[in-house]
Amino acid sequence: MAFDLLKDDDLATCVHCGLCLDACPTFRVTGLETESPRGRIQLMTEWKRGSLPFTEEQARHIDLCLGCRTCEAVCPSGVPYGRIIEAGRADMERARRPATKRWLARTALRQLVSHPTRLRAFGAMTRMAQTVGVTGAVRSGRQLPRLRAPFRAPQGDVAPAIGERRHRVAFLVGCVMPILYPQSHEAAVRLLQLAGCEVWFPPGERCCGALLAHNGDLDGAALLRDANTSVYAGEQFDALVVDSAGCGAHLKDFYPELKGRVKDLTEWLAEVGLPPANNEVKLRVTYQDACHLAHAQRIRKQPRDLIRAMPGVELVEMRHPEICCGAAGLYSTLEPSMSARILKEKMDDMLGTRAEIVVTANPGCQMQLATGIRSRGSNMNVEHVAELLLRAYSAPSP
Amino acid sequence: MSMQPQVVAELRSVVGRDHVIDGANDLRIFARDASIEGAMPDAVVLPANSAEVAAVVRLAAKHRVPVVPRGAGTGLSGGAVTIRGGIALQMTRMRRILEIDPVGQTALVEPGVVNQELSLAAASHGLFYAPDPSSQKACTIGGNAAENSGGPHCLYYGVTTNHVLGMEVVFADGSVHWVSGDTPDRIGLDLCGILVGSEGTLCTITKVKVRLLRQPPTVATMLAAFPTVESASHAVSAVIARGIVPAALEMMDQVTVGAVEAHYHAGYPTDAGAVLLVEVDGIAESTRELMSAIREVLAANEGYAMREAKTPAERELLWAGRKGAIGALGRIKPNYYLHDGVVPRTKLPQILSAVGEIGEHYKLPVANVFHAGDGNLHPNILFDLRDHGVLDQVESAGEEMLRAVIEFGGALSGEHGIGLEKSAFMPWVFSPDDLYVMHQVKDVLDPDGIMNPGKVFPDPDRKRARLAGRTGLAIEAKWW
Repeated sequence: MAFDLLKDDDLATCVHCGLCLDACPTFRVTGLETESPRGRIQLMTEWKRGSLPFTEEQARHIDLCLGCRTCEAVCPSGVPYGRIIEAGRADMERARRPATKRWLARTALRQLVSHPTRLRAFGAMTRMAQTVGVTGAVRSGRQLPRLRAPFRAPQGDVAPAIGERRHRVAFLVGCVMPILYPQSHEAAVRLLQLAGCEVWFPPGERCCGALLAHNGDLDGAALLRDANTSVYAGEQFDALVVDSAGCGAHLKDFYPELKGRVKDLTEWLAEVGLPPANNEVKLRVTYQDACHLAHAQRIRKQPRDLIRAMPGVELVEMRHPEICCGAAGLYSTLEPSMSARILKEKMDDMLGTRAEIVVTANPGCQMQLATGIRSRGSNMNVEHVAELLLRAYSAPSP
Repeated sequence: MSMQPQVVAELRSVVGRDHVIDGANDLRIFARDASIEGAMPDAVVLPANSAEVAAVVRLAAKHRVPVVPRGAGTGLSGGAVTIRGGIALQMTRMRRILEIDPVGQTALVEPGVVNQELSLAAASHGLFYAPDPSSQKACTIGGNAAENSGGPHCLYYGVTTNHVLGMEVVFADGSVHWVSGDTPDRIGLDLCGILVGSEGTLCTITKVKVRLLRQPPTVATMLAAFPTVESASHAVSAVIARGIVPAALEMMDQVTVGAVEAHYHAGYPTDAGAVLLVEVDGIAESTRELMSAIREVLAANEGYAMREAKTPAERELLWAGRKGAIGALGRIKPNYYLHDGVVPRTKLPQILSAVGEIGEHYKLPVANVFHAGDGNLHPNILFDLRDHGVLDQVESAGEEMLRAVIEFGGALSGEHGIGLEKSAFMPWVFSPDDLYVMHQVKDVLDPDGIMNPGKVFPDPDRKRARLAGRTGLAIEAKWW
């Protein structure tokens, strides 16, 4: 069995110290070394070296990894866990027997998510289904937010800066985000305009490939990267701004041509500055770190600084805002029972803050947190950080 | 030797099907802790409460199966390694903080509670739990009590045993007892004192009552650079000689600082021969006064580039760097062997140069990062298992360093415990009479020897004192 995408030098950086253990959501709820980063690295190492046979049973330990990369952020030895788990999953896909659930996920990602027009049609169908109330029949359908008309780029694919134009940025519209959370995109674009950015929406841009890569389909992700890279080439922009943490992390790791120009929305806004707020909102807010923002991109300070700067807003921290909520891309669909156990821990912590709104920076997290809040009968609202930040500016007078 | 299916079935009936792991491939993942040792258990059992622990131990006693309590597996002396097989009793499901009493300043916790979680929970009452091992983000209170763990702040606050008020334990016959109580003074025969630090050889800890302390009103943390580890060592002795006991006084040598700075970017000076991290706490006036006295002493001992943390975030970053130092050394070599000897403070310059010479003799890089204030060394031998035959060299070097420690009038371990690693060296520091009395205690509490066998006491069955070729990394070494 070849495990040749996994790199021995990457694996050897783990010194087995165990400092990662309690940062891992699956270790926290199971208490098992086999469901910890250190255990998973040892397992993949032994597979690679052939000292343990590859078995479907043990492959489950890798399936159960959220890929949240909290371990990577706390690892003093600098283990590139994100790279290891993506390579390990891709190696594993080749080694294991086909299974319906994984085939469905892979096909959905390649045939649906990777194609904007098909996805839009699917979104429209789902919207109709929601109107007649049949989506509740399946679990993943109950998790969906109430869909409205999807986000669309403006005529000419450009939104002008408000006031003096100081920057020109490209904006990642992405795959599911414009369908699930068009209001988050609208708020993000508005904030960029307020910050003096002309916003360009790259025509023909497709899914960035993050969901595919996280799922072990590195080949599919590479196809999308090549398509997108040719869209970005030849156009002038200061930054590619991304308001979905998972996509931002993937673009930073996987698109060498964009090196240094990919920016999370909060990272970019903190850098270029927003105009002074003109609207005070009295709100008690808590912030859930999106894993791929906090751990993969190491951005924790900027969103908090932006929120704290809002007049009237009080930011109340959870005890563990940096621990994953259990959404993790397709994880909540593929591993519902582990996802629910992790969500329960998150809800105990989050509802304890008695915040009115929880904000985060990734669509998957928004959906998962909303599911958790509904199940507890709480009336806490979930917003994308862009939506909250925009509340500091009164709507333009007609 | 694998466990009889009958025993596994009985264990399952106690803790539930999912909470016993006996598949050979999975057991492999539980073979190691953070030391270089390793040996496979026959089953991993995860109890949910004291009653389940007691039932599991009763079963083990009935079948004469070894029981090895295990927390997060961050130990550095092989304490949680199942060297004789048997049950790895994994306590990580028992992670509830049962009670925090803000008036009495105590907490009652299950053994699987993570050290830092307790301090986080206590913080809302203005309290904290003082012993702070560098692994505090992951290690458990039960493991801390079993190993009598230390940490940077133990110089001033004392080690784990000074903070444990009482414990609920399960002895080798499966009986459950509460030892000691609510008062800081342990009246009568100090059973709790015997059990804290017994490394799982006498009992399984199922609840711990600890003392919490009021958070100091002000904390000052300062970093100072020195041209050499010798000058830094002199400075340490000079501070203590001046009658100052800082909350923490830590040293890192140049190798360590380089690795730490690469990950944490905390502003450690990478060109210095050594750095000291000094912390004092208390009321503002005394903190200020102490810090300026310390500055004076350090400056008189070649200290330079002294920098005080200006914000809590800056202070946290400095500590993150210190606490992550051992893991950060993975940036230099993928494996480490860490020793834990203690010497009288005044001998620090001599022992550090001896350690350096031993490293040079074996051509092995050595990084030093340690609790200088209490003379607790952590010489860290760095190596790459992929280099053929290196493990034997590493062990020889480690043993020589420990011998040097003893020659300078020191002790085998400051805080990591004896475990598997140093059991063969116990006769270096303890007389046959000492060891006999220790055995007597062990025999009374665990007559059949099922509790963590092969640890702490010198093992007469062990033909070779050496670990290499028998356990842990030695198995891994064969992969290359």
